[in-house]
Amino acid sequence: MVGLPRLIRAAPPATAMLLVVPVLIGTAGLALPFRWVEGGAAAALGQFLAAPGIWRSVLLSMGSALSATLLSLLLVLGFTAAAQGTRAGRRLFALMSRAISPLLAVPHAAMAVGLAFLLAPSGWAFRLASPWATGLVRPPDLLILQDPWGLALTLGLVVKETPFLFLMTLAALPQTDSARRVLLGRSLGYGPMAAWCAGVAPALLAQLRLPVLAVLAYGISAADMAIILGPTTPAPLPVRALHWLAEPDLAQRGTAAIAGLAMLAATIATAALLWLLARLAFLGWRGWMRRGWHLRADRWLRFLAIFAMGAVAALGMLGLAALLLWAMAGPWRFPDALPQSLDLTRMVQHLPGLWPPLRTTLLLAGLSTALAVVLVVACLENEGRRHRPGAGPGIGRGIWLLYLPLILPQMSFLYGLQAAAASIGPGHGLALVAWGHLLFVLPYVYLSLADPWRAWDRRYERVARGLGAGPARLLFGVKLPMLLAPVLIAAAVGIAVSTALYLPTVLLGAGRVVTLTTEAVALSGGQDRRLLALFAVMQMAVPFLAFLLAHRIPALVAPGGARHV
Amino acid sequence: MLVGCALGALAASGAAASADQARAYQHWEEVLSEARGQTVHFNAWGGEPRINAYIEWAAARLQEQHGVSVRQVKLGATSEAVARILAETEGGIDEDGSVDLIWINGENFATLLRRGLLHGPWTGELPAMAFVDPAAMPAVASDFGIPVDGMEAPWGLAQLVFLHDQARLPEPPRSAAELLEWAGGDPGRFTYPQPPNFLGTTFLRQLLLDLAADPSALYQPVEAVDAEKVAQPLWDYLDRLHPLLWRAGRAFPPNTGAARTLFADGEIELTLSFDPAEAANGIAAGTLPETSRVFTFRDGSIGNASFLAIPANARHKAGAKVLTDFLLSPEAQARKQDPAVWGNMTILSLPLLTAEERARFDALATAPGLPAADALGPALGEPHPSWSSYLDREWQRRHGAR
Repeated sequence: MVGLPRLIRAAPPATAMLLVVPVLIGTAGLALPFRWVEGGAAAALGQFLAAPGIWRSVLLSMGSALSATLLSLLLVLGFTAAAQGTRAGRRLFALMSRAISPLLAVPHAAMAVGLAFLLAPSGWAFRLASPWATGLVRPPDLLILQDPWGLALTLGLVVKETPFLFLMTLAALPQTDSARRVLLGRSLGYGPMAAWCAGVAPALLAQLRLPVLAVLAYGISAADMAIILGPTTPAPLPVRALHWLAEPDLAQRGTAAIAGLAMLAATIATAALLWLLARLAFLGWRGWMRRGWHLRADRWLRFLAIFAMGAVAALGMLGLAALLLWAMAGPWRFPDALPQSLDLTRMVQHLPGLWPPLRTTLLLAGLSTALAVVLVVACLENEGRRHRPGAGPGIGRGIWLLYLPLILPQMSFLYGLQAAAASIGPGHGLALVAWGHLLFVLPYVYLSLADPWRAWDRRYERVARGLGAGPARLLFGVKLPMLLAPVLIAAAVGIAVSTALYLPTVLLGAGRVVTLTTEAVALSGGQDRRLLALFAVMQMAVPFLAFLLAHRIPALVAPGGARHV
Repeated sequence: MLVGCALGALAASGAAASADQARAYQHWEEVLSEARGQTVHFNAWGGEPRINAYIEWAAARLQEQHGVSVRQVKLGATSEAVARILAETEGGIDEDGSVDLIWINGENFATLLRRGLLHGPWTGELPAMAFVDPAAMPAVASDFGIPVDGMEAPWGLAQLVFLHDQARLPEPPRSAAELLEWAGGDPGRFTYPQPPNFLGTTFLRQLLLDLAADPSALYQPVEAVDAEKVAQPLWDYLDRLHPLLWRAGRAFPPNTGAARTLFADGEIELTLSFDPAEAANGIAAGTLPETSRVFTFRDGSIGNASFLAIPANARHKAGAKVLTDFLLSPEAQARKQDPAVWGNMTILSLPLLTAEERARFDALATAPGLPAADALGPALGEPHPSWSSYLDREWQRRHGAR
């Protein structure tokens, strides 16, 4: 174990190489499709700008992503503020942190299918109320989904991103010393929510910057929810980029590449807007602090905040329930509230076909997550050794590069990466895809592990060293066991991310690497909602089990033992 | 490398010797032995579980007959594989490509052919091609008006049909004019997949065939005729139809599956399919009511053949040929036409088969919802491929952004 410190020192540059090199190659590869366009990039840009309604598409993507990000953030902050201030609220808080696991686990596309079925005019909500309440015997012709303003899409994003931001909040809270700050605020006469907003919110928001940015970028550049819930005349930008990619006329790939750049520009512009809003909010907060409005009677506000969060969680849960039911349904037509019968024979019939994609999914998730956890732990450990106590959360600036894959539009740099990979030759399928997964898994693992790791009380280290423990003993014997819970949660997040990845799997695997997600997306172009639901349920089961294990294992290993975080 | 050279030599010798039966036989024997042990990566659209299951069956049969393994690469869109072939070729992979066989037609075929990325001509090497008679079935000789010339092998026939529920809509509209009239009486109950979805574009072309003053103009390239004038009746028609569509034409289902789901959920009363067995399949699978039926416009509807092609850089060309030969065999074609399996019509000319082989087709059960052989209108030829992109573009301009 002599080499451990050296290995740990080598971790950050190695990680940066693993992540940055493919992103650079891929981004350079963005120029590749222009060769198929007569007139090169300029002509492609002209085609992009001439596409009917293109500005509407851009604004739609920016608008739905920004409003979904703000709404999700507001929901999470409001709920946390309301719940942390009182004893009953804290019980709700604990309940919510367990309840979000399935919502976190379900991939965006599957959640979109579930929500679509829940809310459509022919969907579950209308079926439950028809015909006895609505008088309807056939579905009404109402534009609920795919509305031109992208409201349905925004709602879908909120349902999916709120649990994610809540999880990130759970990870960041221990560092904010929230309980004592709220207590202090209360003793100064602030109401529960006001005490939280005054004392905890600024510290927490500083921690949430990167997750919020990732949510924003995802909303702008991911097509999977937009294709199901988004408007179509015109469609949001990523959906249109997908269409250009699917055109038999290869010159359209140049237009798609421009769309990739446009998504990047839109992400930067929207992030700037968000930053501006954050400044304004901060000014407002300072003004409020000066005026000293205590908001002592905030019962109604607390109720509202908790209700809103509960409603979003319930919506997600109902969407999942709808999916689950469809996976087992026999014939189920409007306006029947439930399927005429449950048909498990089909499920059983498809089970053997589920195994190969499930195996590949597990293999990819396992490989990429294991590597990501090792690299992240090594990076964090290195950071801890360089920055002695008091250095704060300052981390090597280079680590910022780690978030590039989350912020760049996937579609563009992955395409360039695929072209580069093809020139090395085929036959590196699974390894290459696992690497591709690592690009996305690692940042999320880092996001969820960094703060708890840094919050670890370094006095333990002094004690251990005083008792003669070397660096290896300290890491494996003291630190990792104490931080087992956050490490496992981070691993579960990694598994969830890997399971849901579509584009990296398809593009880097040359279509030969078949996972639950690629199967589900292939099926979503077809017509069998039940089979699609079955795959979606499987897709969800993998990360759900991962989260379940992550919550259970620490208690089994050390019941009532070291509970640092 | 060696394999590629050997294959190239084989292909060349095959083309030269195809006249001589004995040598053709010997050549096929060589292809068979070359193919043994290969794994063919069959790139085929993967959106329909029944089709995937059929391909799995064929893979198992091929393994036991010729020792060739088959893996289906399930595509979301065929152009994914086209782009991959292109990217590989540009990356210098000339004989080790990842696509061995591709299910293809129309513009994707035209693209690969134009860029010289297809292997062949090769279909003359296949023994099963003896049962294909282009004279009796012109659809197999040209693909969207482009002569096939042995560069791809026909696999199946499709025809544009409408789906309706007999119990709710006993007298469906059977022409463009009747469709408009019916939509006026029951607004919000019809829509079509949004172009450039293939089925949506086909619907536009079908309407235009029905509405155009001179439909023969559609069989010429767009540039060769006054396209604006030819297409004008279609745009006038859509201007009247769209306010009567589902969601008043403010949203469209993004793909075929979404449209079909709307039909199954009862949101719309009519939907489109390229599969005359669609109703029968849906009834058998329990996804559609038992009173579902298919029909075409009275004057017929666009027919469409699909093909199998081998990329020039395919690694396992021999295996791909053996797989294609099996997929064209009476055994495989009869099974494919079985409505309980897939229900896709055969491209074989039945008179060329032996009585025993013909019996396989005669024995196919008639399933509820399956149209009788003469119930559908005639299959009309595909318009020239340039019309697809022209109509897509114009549709986008007029209706794609409201």
